Amino acid sequence: MSIKVEKAGLFTTVQDLGRFGFQKQGMVVSGAMDAYALRLANLLVNNPQNTAALEITLAGPCLLFQEDCLIALAGADLSPSLNGISVPIHRVIYVQKGALLAFGAPALGCRAYLSVAGGFDVPLVMGSAATYARAGLGGWQGRALQKGDVLPMKSLVSEQVSAWSGKSKPEELFSVASWGIAADLLSAYTDAPTVRVLPGPEYDLFSENAQETFWQGEFKIATASDRMGFRLEGPPLELKEPVELLSSAVTFGTVQVTPNGNPIILLAEHQTTGGYPRIGQVISADLPVLAQVRPGQCVRFREVSLAEAHALYYQQERTLEHLSRAIHLQSKR
Amino acid sequence: MPFQLSSVRMFPLGDAALVLQLGDEIAVETHHQVKAVAQFLDQHPFPGLVEYVPAFTTVTVYYDPWLVSDWGRLDAYAAVETHLRQMLAQLETAPAAAQASVKEIPVVYGGAFGPDLELVAQHTGLRAEEVIALHSQAEYLVYMIGFAPGFPYLGGMNPRLAAPRKQVPRAVIPAGSVGIAGLQTGVYPLETPGGWQLIGRTPLSLFDPARASPSLLEMGDVVRFVPVSEKEYLNWKERPHEH
Repeated sequence: MSIKVEKAGLFTTVQDLGRFGFQKQGMVVSGAMDAYALRLANLLVNNPQNTAALEITLAGPCLLFQEDCLIALAGADLSPSLNGISVPIHRVIYVQKGALLAFGAPALGCRAYLSVAGGFDVPLVMGSAATYARAGLGGWQGRALQKGDVLPMKSLVSEQVSAWSGKSKPEELFSVASWGIAADLLSAYTDAPTVRVLPGPEYDLFSENAQETFWQGEFKIATASDRMGFRLEGPPLELKEPVELLSSAVTFGTVQVTPNGNPIILLAEHQTTGGYPRIGQVISADLPVLAQVRPGQCVRFREVSLAEAHALYYQQERTLEHLSRAIHLQSKR
Repeated sequence: MPFQLSSVRMFPLGDAALVLQLGDEIAVETHHQVKAVAQFLDQHPFPGLVEYVPAFTTVTVYYDPWLVSDWGRLDAYAAVETHLRQMLAQLETAPAAAQASVKEIPVVYGGAFGPDLELVAQHTGLRAEEVIALHSQAEYLVYMIGFAPGFPYLGGMNPRLAAPRKQVPRAVIPAGSVGIAGLQTGVYPLETPGGWQLIGRTPLSLFDPARASPSLLEMGDVVRFVPVSEKEYLNWKERPHEH
């Protein structure tokens, strides 16, 4: 069971939900930037939610299926097609051997997730399949996919495939499920999101002017942004007075401000500790929306309470639980 | 020594982490408290604990709000805070455990392995041999691991060895390089760019994902640098398991 990479695309890596438990040793978590989308992609093909899938960034790869399998795409709409025929995202697709998956212009968002029933078969490093390319570790050989790679998949439960065989038209080599995920259960991606934020531990060290600017201003994602962090360009955020902070933990969504006054939002490959003042922390429920913004686009910040942040997170978890149950029932029909 | 609960602060880092602040400056006593909290969490993880990150004066406790809140029924932050307060009430700072065994790190000083040794000597007004002697005589405490996988923040360098960072950072610093930056000394676990003054290199691998504990050093360890020859370094590199 495998997929052959015919064209690499911009940056496609194997990711799961991250490498936890080793941050005290300085090891970054990594994992999917949009964890909600990765979980949806896995739910659709009946995988455990933490199964290794592909994270596809902006310009997608061309992938040749060397066996029949079930796949699903979630997250960004990067205009996917199979053998030149456009296919929807958030649907299960039965793909036959010889079909070619390609991507076109990004229509919405930045990162798409491709799951295959059974998952990609890569060795676990420190308990996770997530790629951490900076250290050449995890995923597929510790790096992004390259042309010519043959990526193994775990063998599929045969009854899942046999339920689909005969459904696809012989000339098309694929077949799309008639059901999908309702739009209101998906993250609300936009080109200029307002993400909700809790004030960070050092919020009070910033001048009143900087605090107001943080909530009112618009910040552009600089080109020098990656899975480690978004560098933001906007009005500078100054401290009341210079401070030297002792290094302490930072995490996915931490908004830290560098000495020149520019914020950085730390993302999936954030370092474990940092010494810059933390003005805010993007709430967990809004990380998927944040992860889909592209360099050149803008974000704004809106303050919420811890209780609101938790309520929004619980809502997301409940949605996933309901979806999981519904999809289990659907796939048994 | 019991905890002084009045001096402990707790605050959120977003909606999935709580920071325990045990002091305001780098101090061995605070470090012992950090270590005691870490050991307690290792031995008594609570349901919903994801992991924790110890630092100079803080322990950041990551939790899964969905689990901790009993699937949205409780206030997740309050539940974690209550749990940690109960923990602190039972806790004594690790007294005997603080006497960690000394981990020795072999280092080739100077030459191609430590291209900035002479610069550090000039800056400090010491002879190169004196820099080596002062650097290798001290015992260093690993306050925390951070910045990069396996990178130790060490305390205990002789202040006479202080030297400023390089004006122009090097694009590539080999893994195992031992450097000085200001009042700090440290070892680069992975090949990275960096601005430290490099005085030597160790053949030990500070970070190896294939090991059960990938980081060679852990918070709370005591470290000593042992000068070795280039030949010993090469032997070590060739046959790491014989040492």
